[in-house]
Amino acid sequence: MSLSVNQDVDVKGLVDKVLEAYPEKSRKRRAKHLNVLEAEAKDCGVKSNIKSIPGVMTIRGCAYAGSKGVVWGPIKDMIHISHGPVGCGYYSWSGRRNYYIGDTGVDSFGTMHFTSDFQEKDIVFGGDKKLHKVIEEINDLFPLARGLSIQSECPIGLIGDDIEAVARAKSAEIGKPIVPVRCEGFRGVSQSLGHHIANDTIRDWIFEKTEPVAGFESTPYDVTIIGDYNIGGDAWSSRILLEEIGLRVIAQWSGDGTLAELENTPKAKVNLIHCYRSMNYIARHMEEKFGIPWMEYNFFGPSQIAESLRKIAALFDDTIKENAEKVIARYQPLVDAVIAKYKPRLEGKKVMIYVGGLRPRHVADAYHDLGMEIIGTGYEFAHNDDYQRTTHYMKEGTLIYDDVTGFELEEFVKGLRPDLVASGIKEKYVFQKMGLPFRQMHSWDYSGPYHGYDGFAIFARDMDMAINNPVWGMTKAPF
Amino acid sequence: MSNPGLRQIAFYGKGGIGKSTTSQNTLAALVEMDQKILIVGCDPKADSTRLILHAKAQDTVLHLAAEAGSVEDLELEDVVKIGYKNIKCVESGGPEPGVGCAGRGVITAINFLEENGAYDDVDYVSYDVLGDVVCGGFAMPIRENKAQEIYIVMSGEMMALYAANNISKGILKYANSGGVRLGGLICNERQTDKEIDLADALAKRLGTQLIHFVPRDNIVQHAELRRMTVIEYAPDSKQADEYRQLASKIHHNKGKGVIPTPISMEELEEMLMDFGIMKTEEQQLAELAAKEAAKASA
Repeated sequence: MSLSVNQDVDVKGLVDKVLEAYPEKSRKRRAKHLNVLEAEAKDCGVKSNIKSIPGVMTIRGCAYAGSKGVVWGPIKDMIHISHGPVGCGYYSWSGRRNYYIGDTGVDSFGTMHFTSDFQEKDIVFGGDKKLHKVIEEINDLFPLARGLSIQSECPIGLIGDDIEAVARAKSAEIGKPIVPVRCEGFRGVSQSLGHHIANDTIRDWIFEKTEPVAGFESTPYDVTIIGDYNIGGDAWSSRILLEEIGLRVIAQWSGDGTLAELENTPKAKVNLIHCYRSMNYIARHMEEKFGIPWMEYNFFGPSQIAESLRKIAALFDDTIKENAEKVIARYQPLVDAVIAKYKPRLEGKKVMIYVGGLRPRHVADAYHDLGMEIIGTGYEFAHNDDYQRTTHYMKEGTLIYDDVTGFELEEFVKGLRPDLVASGIKEKYVFQKMGLPFRQMHSWDYSGPYHGYDGFAIFARDMDMAINNPVWGMTKAPF
Repeated sequence: MSNPGLRQIAFYGKGGIGKSTTSQNTLAALVEMDQKILIVGCDPKADSTRLILHAKAQDTVLHLAAEAGSVEDLELEDVVKIGYKNIKCVESGGPEPGVGCAGRGVITAINFLEENGAYDDVDYVSYDVLGDVVCGGFAMPIRENKAQEIYIVMSGEMMALYAANNISKGILKYANSGGVRLGGLICNERQTDKEIDLADALAKRLGTQLIHFVPRDNIVQHAELRRMTVIEYAPDSKQADEYRQLASKIHHNKGKGVIPTPISMEELEEMLMDFGIMKTEEQQLAELAAKEAAKASA
């Protein structure tokens, strides 16, 4: 495989042409978010984590989405109250496919939707009284809920309700942790700040205030999975690999996770970080406060899985190291079979990626393992450290787009003509109507898991299904 | 608007300046001129109609709405109280200090009144708005074609002048979109230095007029203690005539409002220095030096 992509296309020229459509001020601002990756570059050369320009159809979310939707929502034995008017909670209800095990409505609440359903009088007179009542009702109706979180919607911040006071009072009354999260949507430029705020509340309202469950016995092999939201079962197909090499996973953050797992996390020997963007904050805190090292890993595709397993095993004794080799060897026939079947069908196919937290770089080698090429990638809400981590996975000539606009992505796809667009639901039908194969890379298009060896088999099948679907030969766009 | 002849006016000004007292006395005088009046109190304290109703209005729009569930559950009769000479009174009400959003309450209450025809058979709607325009809600009466003329109650005190200038900025902001105008300044005498000249000068700088200078008279206090306007308590007094004059001037000021020309803080301070009310930095330094010298010699 060559070391560069897009050799026969004037990518820089394409970027300039696309930028021409903007008024001067927007053009100048957007130009800083677009780049063509150069050889040996230290980062992707794009600005990031900056406010989107109104009217460009950004697909970013808000701080509430980052806290309720991503970090807190999957903690299954807590009830997460969407505090404010009904819309935010209703329209984010079951929005992510965080699988979990448990009896919904009894001891698990992942697919349920709780809201304080603000009315005009709650805005005018303040919503604290209502919040008291909501918490009482929840505690009566769902006595097995281990705790609650209060996910603030915008109006809470605007009217200045004192949710911290309510949390403290009610927590003392019902004897369960209640975590107030100030994740009002108007804060910050994207969902990214919501992740950070949510991380901070785990630090301040769980680590600082609750006691780990009694009877926890540490082992030298205790690790955690941080930043795996168990989309379609991702954390499960990751967890088994760690267990197979002899480690004990004491917490999953936060897919299929529990309050007790959060509380026990400071007892881990090492925190293993999958989604760096959304949970590096708490990992850094635990390193500083409890001296727990953390390590990033990548369980997309066999090359990265093997590399990660060896890196993780290297932190432990020889038994674990030997186990890692055994596990890698044991899965090799599966990997070989998958590659033998799908690589001939996918070899040389070009992919453009545009997603969120870690996937714009983490999935790259899974595609490479199948002989495919990434010709463009970008993040919705990345920071500079994400783009630094991206160069490692990408080849010279790759088009990089930060917080890409609806117009730009369409034009880039038209210009680069990939064989597959890997992005989200908002993009899906745009590109399918253009006659292009598409896979959703937020929800795995209702498939998954994609993590781990088992996930790779499903990933390869899904990509083949999208690209080699006979339907593309039968359709012709009328334009 | 179903009532084309309707005059909508509003009284703004620094907190404690006497907005409610001045407005109620003026409106009581307007009734003598056969005008039908509705007072809308836009202050969570709900004390804008006390002198007309001879009691603090207890049933505010928002408290009744909160009890009933929402404003949609209310009838106009529930919230409109009849006071002195059939003046209709409504208080928007709002939360206790420190919670909720009083501004949103004002918006809710005013929309309710309009939608339910509270403005249909009156000649005047007068809004009495809480001291400072702290947020968008309290600017409601000057937005969206509500009050056409704003009367700013002020005095010769620095902060009252400052507030008057700030309110003018608010009016300017909405003057082009909503058509609101500054009707004039009403100076409520505090017996500060060169008060009338200063008030007049500020009015000129704002491009408006000092519509009336209301002299200080203890009879206002006597009337207030009895929960009455001076018009009602002492109709033959000199002070009652002052309010009658003000009422007549406002009545004949229809359509004569202006788009104000607010000034910068520096200009305002300069104006005060010109009047010898504020000292220049040099003067202050000189005084300080004199004081130090006196201390040293003692």
